[in-house]
Amino acid sequence: MTKQKLVLVGNGMAGVRTIEEIIKLAPDRFEITIFGREPYPNYNRIQLSKVLQGDTSIKDITINDWQWYEDHQILLYPGETVINIYPEDQLVFTSKGRKVQYDKLILATGSLPFMLPIPGANKEGVTAFRDIKDCERIIEYSKMYKKSAVIGGGLLGLEAARGLLNLGMEVSVVHLGDYLMDRQLDKTAGKLLQKELELQGMKFYLEKQTKEILGDQKVKGLRFHDGQEIPVDLVVMAVGIKPNIQLAKESGIPFNRGILVNDWLETQAPNIYAVGECAEHRETVYGVVAPLYEQGKVLAKRICGKESLPYKGSAVSTQLKVSGVDVFSAGEIFENEQIKTIMSYDDYRGIYKKILIRDGKIIGAVLFGDTGEGNRLFNLIKKEADIFEYTLSCRNEQNGCSLVATIADEEIICGCNGVKKGTIVNAIQSQGLTTVEQVKGYTNASRSCGGCKSSVADLLEYTLGDQFKRQEQNEPICSCTTLSRDDVIKEIREKVLTMTMEVMRVLNWKTEDGCSKCRPALNYYLGMLHPLLYQDERESRFVNERLHANIQKDGTFSVVPRMYGGVTNAEELRRIADVAEKYNVPLIKLTGGQRIDLVGVKKEDLPSVWADLGMPSGFAYGKSLRTVKTCVGDTFCRFGTQDSIAMGIRMERKFQRISMPHKVKMAVSACPRNCAESGIKDLGVVGVDGAWEIYVGGNGGTHLRAGDLFCRVKTQEEVLEMAGAYLQYYRETAHYLERTSIWVERLGLEHIKSILADKDTRQALNERLDETLSVLKDPWQETINSGEIQKELYKTVNIPVDIK
Amino acid sequence: MKAMRYRIKVGSLNDIPERLGKTVKIGPNEIAIFRLANGDIRAIENRCPHKGGVLAEGMVSGEYVYCPMHDWKINLKDGKVQAPDFGCIKTYETEIQNGEVIVIL
Repeated sequence: MTKQKLVLVGNGMAGVRTIEEIIKLAPDRFEITIFGREPYPNYNRIQLSKVLQGDTSIKDITINDWQWYEDHQILLYPGETVINIYPEDQLVFTSKGRKVQYDKLILATGSLPFMLPIPGANKEGVTAFRDIKDCERIIEYSKMYKKSAVIGGGLLGLEAARGLLNLGMEVSVVHLGDYLMDRQLDKTAGKLLQKELELQGMKFYLEKQTKEILGDQKVKGLRFHDGQEIPVDLVVMAVGIKPNIQLAKESGIPFNRGILVNDWLETQAPNIYAVGECAEHRETVYGVVAPLYEQGKVLAKRICGKESLPYKGSAVSTQLKVSGVDVFSAGEIFENEQIKTIMSYDDYRGIYKKILIRDGKIIGAVLFGDTGEGNRLFNLIKKEADIFEYTLSCRNEQNGCSLVATIADEEIICGCNGVKKGTIVNAIQSQGLTTVEQVKGYTNASRSCGGCKSSVADLLEYTLGDQFKRQEQNEPICSCTTLSRDDVIKEIREKVLTMTMEVMRVLNWKTEDGCSKCRPALNYYLGMLHPLLYQDERESRFVNERLHANIQKDGTFSVVPRMYGGVTNAEELRRIADVAEKYNVPLIKLTGGQRIDLVGVKKEDLPSVWADLGMPSGFAYGKSLRTVKTCVGDTFCRFGTQDSIAMGIRMERKFQRISMPHKVKMAVSACPRNCAESGIKDLGVVGVDGAWEIYVGGNGGTHLRAGDLFCRVKTQEEVLEMAGAYLQYYRETAHYLERTSIWVERLGLEHIKSILADKDTRQALNERLDETLSVLKDPWQETINSGEIQKELYKTVNIPVDIK
Repeated sequence: MKAMRYRIKVGSLNDIPERLGKTVKIGPNEIAIFRLANGDIRAIENRCPHKGGVLAEGMVSGEYVYCPMHDWKINLKDGKVQAPDFGCIKTYETEIQNGEVIVIL
């Protein structure tokens, strides 16, 4: 059978999604040719605003790369448009003079940005915001100019405005309505949104109509109808889009606002179909992605001759993709006499919710500040559910039932891709999926805007139960993000992120500046991944690690100097005693790790206390190697079989100062009597006659655990080599704040043993460890040498005034 | 009687490191001054309502500080402790004049 010729005009999201569906249904039926105006493979236009906002790159928004076209033997002509169709001859003509025959033709020409026909609209510095070229032009402009204006305070305009702010420009948004997003939001939500965006730095000109764009060749400013003028260098027009029907018009295919299609997406010309933003179905033209995908499914079945339900139109919802702002709207949003509302308004937290009800049915909703319920409400609106169903599920939730558990299998979780709860649950069960990423890969859920990620995670938890919980690697690192530790590390590596702020911004953190959980964690991960490049962020460190001393409950600090292997001498002790007297140290205490703790030192005194001590920091405050406890060993002890002190000192000198996921304690005993308690240390060494035993994962604290015998080696060098590899493997695979006792159980002792059994792996781990060690300095000495650090971190301002 | 308000210069803006706190003792009052990531200055009583922790040493994140003692999260603008904990601390108005930070008592 010869293949039928299928031609697609338009290489955008709707058209290519239709092709994907067709390939799924009938992989070998068609010889496919695609014409696209832009010189790129199919990309995710919705995410362009994220490119502008700097959250992602153009490469990341590609949906199907060049290879995909090749794999499916699709002939793609990028940068080439179809300029005419001859329906009688089933032929298309292109801008490059090409003539191509078709059996089936799909028009997916999308939309064109609507440019206001005002004087000056053709000046240099006026642009739309629709495609990659616009995006690049805006980025280019932002490097040369400072002032920008966006005309249009709708969804697209605000996303563009946020992007311009991120590019470092001043942004004025000019809007005809009296509040923002006036098609999707009511006034209360619109005003809340404005307040939030003003805090982010946008300036608004509401109820302003632009009369003229000023300037000679280049844009200089805007003049409004009331005569007011503002200076600007760049104007982004985002007042709306119109279906691109030029080709249909010229080829005699009937159109109204868009190309007219029936419930099967057929135009009125034989064998010609239209899908997406260029199509008009039952007097509606859609401009968001979910309906386009629904159309694509129906059309694919039609073209492949498979039975399908007719396309009956779509309900649409709106979500604004601006970081730090959560807005959702769906269905009808304006009240009238027949409509009742459920409304809540928390001015303090900036959370607003309005649900509109007619005849007991939910018909619309607006959410601001917290859009967690968006998907659920949208599902209820689509099926015109009884309000009772909503209030019931709220009650269930309060009773501790999972939200996703209460909704029906047919309900849509991913609005963009129309993925139902049942589909996801099935995929999780039948394919053994365990992560959001896998569900995305398998079902398309969360593939487009990513807004439903948390619902997908909830479904995983609901479906897998405790099994999901036990897989800690999938848990988000804190409530600021849905990403797990492994996701974050992967992204840091792939996108070469180098600062905590950058990580939070690029990975769409829900909070602006993180929290006390994620900030230190990111700081650790970044330092671990880029040991030579990364500049440790002291403001992301807990106070103890920032000031290199342990804070006490009264705001004073304790000081523990390093005493390698727990060995000291008279001269050191004398200095410690002198310091204690000079600074009136209230308590001198021997620690559990064979050191001396000076407790109750004032913050301002810390640098001079350290200088007077003349000893390095013992890191008693750090997520780092604390101490290596040792017994007396064979130099004096009658039972000793090894020189435990020398071994301990070598270990402490080698591994000191390095950042770890959590504190690390070590010990070396010289015989199995184990006086140094090596069995309850993160890494314990026990000397036996002619060998050393290494124990791992021991803990004498919260998680009391006896260490496991890891291996037995002959020499001190071998102990150091094995310990180095083990520590580095822990550094690279543990979650921040995970002690080795937990880590060993999570990874499994045998797994760790098998990894470290390989000599090359051990060598590579040790090389990375040595690289990290090579740049570490004693932090006390650094402070002593730097007046700046002393002033910034340790000085208190005293103003002796007498206030009555 | 109307309470007197004092405007007290506590030092140069440049002396307050970004996203960190500074302890300022004004007579008997101990105040924690913060310079936020966006450049704004905030001043609060340097005492967590929980167990009196020194807030100036806390981690600053956006408009919040996390107490270094037990990680209570406190809003720097209105002094309110965030759920699930509760309570409130005193906040002080600040001004910046010619690069000098002024606290209004």
